[in-house]
Amino acid sequence: MKKLNRDEMAARIARDIPDGAYVNLGIGMPTLVANHLPKDREVILHSENGVLGMGPAPPPGEEDPDLMNAGKQPVTLLKGGVYFHHADSFAMMRGGHVDICVMGAFQVSATGDLANWHSGAPDAIPAVGGAMDLAIGAKQVFVMMELLTKKGESKIVERCTYPLTGIGCVSRVYTDLAVIDITPEGLKVVETVEGLTADELERITGLSFPARATTARAGDPPLIAPQAR
Amino acid sequence: MIDKRVATVEAAVADVRDGSTVMIGGFGLAGMPSELIDALIARGARDLTVVNNNAGNGFTGLAALLQAGLVRKIICSFPRQVDSDVFDGLYRAGRIELELVPQGNLAERIRAAGAGIGAFFTPTGYGTILAEGKETRKISGRDYVLEYPIHADVALIKARAADRWGNLVYNKTARNFGPIMATAARCTIAQVDEIVELGELDPESVVTPGIFVQRVVAVKSKVGAGARGKEVR
Repeated sequence: MKKLNRDEMAARIARDIPDGAYVNLGIGMPTLVANHLPKDREVILHSENGVLGMGPAPPPGEEDPDLMNAGKQPVTLLKGGVYFHHADSFAMMRGGHVDICVMGAFQVSATGDLANWHSGAPDAIPAVGGAMDLAIGAKQVFVMMELLTKKGESKIVERCTYPLTGIGCVSRVYTDLAVIDITPEGLKVVETVEGLTADELERITGLSFPARATTARAGDPPLIAPQAR
Repeated sequence: MIDKRVATVEAAVADVRDGSTVMIGGFGLAGMPSELIDALIARGARDLTVVNNNAGNGFTGLAALLQAGLVRKIICSFPRQVDSDVFDGLYRAGRIELELVPQGNLAERIRAAGAGIGAFFTPTGYGTILAEGKETRKISGRDYVLEYPIHADVALIKARAADRWGNLVYNKTARNFGPIMATAARCTIAQVDEIVELGELDPESVVTPGIFVQRVVAVKSKVGAGARGKEVR
């Protein structure tokens, strides 16, 4: 069983983003998805601080302090890209105009609840940003995270124990071990990495998957084998 | 004759009083009106409530205002950052009150204030600890939380250019909260890289109509576009 690294996870997500999609990539790991978008697709990236048509980082020395992404990193604007103020930007998110957002998470519940903004630790300084707006507003919410914590506990859980970001909002979870859909019928395994059976996935997560994967198929790029479609 | 030009940042903030609610534009450093903030620190009005997306970066601008001990409460969405040391210290010491608001609710509460809306139902935050104690309603099968507008006494914002009527155009993502904060304050003060003659700003491109702006002041800014040696009138 070979876990996907972050770039491989990003590449796997990028495969599912269709031509013409308006997409918001959350701060941190999800920003890697931009590096893997297929060149033959036109995907428009939204950044909540006020950009549509965001381009890659500028070459060193050409950074513009007035052209940042939501992570406050310097970016560029593609031809056709536009700027707008914060209320318009969040209207795009809350009004259901953004097709896909990709966010990290502490936990996702079996019914699609998302917990990704607050560790819940009493001494933590809370910060929420646009996470709650994206969670309830994007047409599809993709989560990108490692399946297990450092202690080996599943981050897909029956019920979230971390403070919630949104209720029943996650569509699909991309992890280093499997891709899992949240459906009205429950969790559905879309793919597992080569060498990981559905039985093992149920064992390590402690969850049951009504729509079970059966066999892993080797050789499908990039290291994830489609099954149980 | 309408002339909203003010000669200096000090004169622009000279009447900000203790206990005021002050909106400050900017997302991180992009669009932060640093020189107006410096003037506000020098003015020394205390017990302020500040509205900003963040809670200061490093030790300049908003962070310096907090460090000066002039802020009683901050309303923001994302205080904790790698360089939010000043806020972190004040918060842990119990010396500043934090009202944490989801970013879209923050933007909409500001917009609502500017548009005369009494309150609004938003789906953002429903079922989370940030909606605890708030009125909720199910509308067409979806759950919403009632949120109230945020009005301000003063808004300090940054734009690229203004004319003497207070019309504003912005620069790239430095626009962020400027246009909505301008609508939500009784006195909006814009620092700009340049003040141009009436008619020079393309009326199709003006982002903030001058009705929302009370004072404009030209500043050769240390941060942002004006900092890169662009000629400023």
